[in-house]
Amino acid sequence: MTVNRRTFLGASVAAAATLQAPAVLGAGKPRVVVVGGGAGGATAARYIAKGSKGEIDVTLVEPSRSYYTCFFSNLYIGGFRELSSIAHSYGTLASQYGINVVHDWAVGIDRDARTVTLAGGAVLPYDRLILSPGIDFVEGAVEGWDVSAQNKMPHAYKAGSQSELLKAQIEAMPEGGTFAMIAPPNPFRCPPGPYERISMVAHVLKEKNPTAKIIVADPKPKFSKMALFQEGWGNHYDGMIDWIGPDFGGDVVSVNPDAMTVTIDGEETKVDACNVIPAMKAGRICEMAGITEGNWAPVDGRTMQSRMDENIHVLGDACAQGDMPKSGFSANSQAKVAAMAVRAALTGSKMFPAKFSNTCWSLIGTDDGVKVGATYEATEEKIAKVDGFISQTGENAELRQATYEESIGWYAGITSDMFG
Amino acid sequence: MRFWGGTLIVWGALTGVAWADETAVQIGDAARGEQLFEQCAACHQVGEGAEHGIGPHLNGIFDRKVAQFEDFSYSEGITRARRDGMVWDLEHLDAYLNNPKVLVSGTNMEFAGLKDPQDRGDVLAYLRQFSASPQDIPEAAPTALAEEFELPPEILAIVGDPDYGEYLSTECTTCHQVDGEYDGIPVITGWYEEDFVLAMHAYKEKIRPHPVMHMMAARLSDEEIAALAAYFGALE
Ligand SMILES: Cc1cc2nc3c(=O)[nH]c(=O)nc-3n(C[C@H](O)[C@H](O)[C@H](O)COP(=O)(O)OP(=O)(O)OC[C@H]3O[C@@H](n4cnc5c(N)ncnc54)[C@H](O)[C@@H]3O)c2cc1C
Ligand code: HEC
Ligand code: HEC
Repeated sequence: MTVNRRTFLGASVAAAATLQAPAVLGAGKPRVVVVGGGAGGATAARYIAKGSKGEIDVTLVEPSRSYYTCFFSNLYIGGFRELSSIAHSYGTLASQYGINVVHDWAVGIDRDARTVTLAGGAVLPYDRLILSPGIDFVEGAVEGWDVSAQNKMPHAYKAGSQSELLKAQIEAMPEGGTFAMIAPPNPFRCPPGPYERISMVAHVLKEKNPTAKIIVADPKPKFSKMALFQEGWGNHYDGMIDWIGPDFGGDVVSVNPDAMTVTIDGEETKVDACNVIPAMKAGRICEMAGITEGNWAPVDGRTMQSRMDENIHVLGDACAQGDMPKSGFSANSQAKVAAMAVRAALTGSKMFPAKFSNTCWSLIGTDDGVKVGATYEATEEKIAKVDGFISQTGENAELRQATYEESIGWYAGITSDMFG
Repeated sequence: MRFWGGTLIVWGALTGVAWADETAVQIGDAARGEQLFEQCAACHQVGEGAEHGIGPHLNGIFDRKVAQFEDFSYSEGITRARRDGMVWDLEHLDAYLNNPKVLVSGTNMEFAGLKDPQDRGDVLAYLRQFSASPQDIPEAAPTALAEEFELPPEILAIVGDPDYGEYLSTECTTCHQVDGEYDGIPVITGWYEEDFVLAMHAYKEKIRPHPVMHMMAARLSDEEIAALAAYFGALE
């Protein structure tokens, strides 16, 4: 008996050691690799490093040295923020949290060997991998557009140079010119994002080019905070914005970036600036890792583990989790649950029930902020909504201003929560 | 731990308890309230010709938006409550007089509070006489009874688990910076634990205004609130 048991144990320990170098006692520091230094990835890396106090080796892979937040990039377009105010670097994560920040692309994942290959050739082994690569665009989603046309018709749905380009094109529009937006189908990053952007474009045009027109072609019959936006557009930009839903052909659209035309339901219009926001899918690395189903990577909300590989956690826009909208707030919230689960798995720290929340503010005009938010919990099946609220139409100016100022506080809060 | 006066009163309909039974017709005894008002009179005037002093005059206070006088310089905390839409109805006046800083963080009203609900009822009955149209005040209806809702000492005595508090706090730090300044969202570190617990329960009961905080507090248990108070209280 005794001999048998010892033999059995011995064999299994030896096997484990050779096969997968378990991240437990004595086997060296457990290693976590995080791909993507955005709202989900930066937060996860910081929380794992901070919580484990050096017990876990954390590597963050992110090609850019400066991360431009998509959140508040619309405010930049509207002239309410400087571009530099939405740029963040990874210096503190490296110096203060001991995170190994590698500026490179992840180009391959070997799930059996548990390694990530980088474009520069390095191969990083991991015990747990966190993927938070954000979104990519579905090819062929808007007839006539592909990423090679993104300089003529920017998406500005990844912030930075795209946001700059779009802003410049809006400001260069001829007097009385036409701005068009092709809005995306669900689900997509930041449900109120396109409509906040329309508000900001209208704000700029109202000041600089008040006879200009805005056309929005939308495949969706309804959108986030619709009543609030429509009320605000009426209040601030009456008559300037023409929103064309699917009832009027907003879902039958093609564009010609060379000729600068947009065709909606067979009717061609010449435009002076055009923002194409195509349908979205999980950042390509998820597909390469073979953990997607359809366009997104399904996860178990209790730990944010991939449904297809328990050693991989997927955060933020890339994952399919249930009821949470794809937002920076959501990604940040999910990252904390994943960080807790990863630490529990690798160092045996305490595990608590997953809780999530989200609030999205949008600016409609000067000092006219609105918000929508909800709390969530994880069930076996999905992340499920618990409770929520939304700003009301007809609120007074003082409350709207307070809401806008609160969003500035939130921006400071979440960016210091991400980057230290 | 200092005693903090852990009482929140929820003014509700019909389920009268305690003192409210004897005063079903009125919120209190105005004559007695006039005497009690002497405690307020160093700072507040009320009645004909009342002017602002250390505190604003209190004519027409019922059903008025909080902090609405442009010629009085209010604290930032109470200004925030006004912007969030808080109104001086009976429930909020009662909570404020009970414990001013539990309802309004950083209020300039340096007053420990009237701990006896009867005293508050009496003072408010007195003040109500100086509100222009008391008949328009729903709470002044004869059936307006107080449902007293105490935070029992057990709840204030719960010792929070700081590890759990640390995890729970991660949900808060998306908005509340741990070492930042007021930037549109208040700083919540370094509070006395009791103040923190009471403020969170005041959000949970929707006595403090603000939809985000109502939602955040709604799903926190007593233990979780204690854990958060312990964690944030220990941060500088
Ligand atoms: C206009 C606009 C407005 C918005 N406003 C708000 C708002 O007000 N509030 C809000 O909460 N959210 C807002 N959002 C949404 C928010 O920006 C996203 O939901 C959030 O950034 C998602 O976080 P993430 O970690 O999933 O992805 P991201 O933040 O996009 O981070 C992904 C990172 O991964 C990197 N990456 C991708 N592939 C690889 C790879 N193969 N190797 C290495 N690195 C890789 C990318 O460079 C990127 O830095 C807005 C979005 C837009 C477009
Ligand atoms: C030591 C001075 C002081 C005392 C005593 C005091 N108050 Fe005040 N009170 C103030 C100040 C100052 C403010 C303004 C609060 C702020 O700016 O945060 C205020 C505000 C108020 C308000 C809100 C006014 C508004 O315009 O929104 C009410 C109601 C009030 N006090 C009632 C009372 C009552 C009733 C008492 C006695 C039971 C009392 N106060 C005792 C100083 C005092
Ligand atoms: C979505 C953003 C957000 C989140 C998340 C959030 N808060 Fe708040 N909180 C606010 C805002 C905004 C206020 C100011 C409300 C007001 O104006 O009255 C506030 C106010 C507070 C206050 C009162 C501060 C004061 O000075 O009056 C406390 C205490 C508090 N929050 C605690 C918490 C705790 C604990 C959590 C986490 C469980 C949390 N908050 C999560 C936005 C948030």
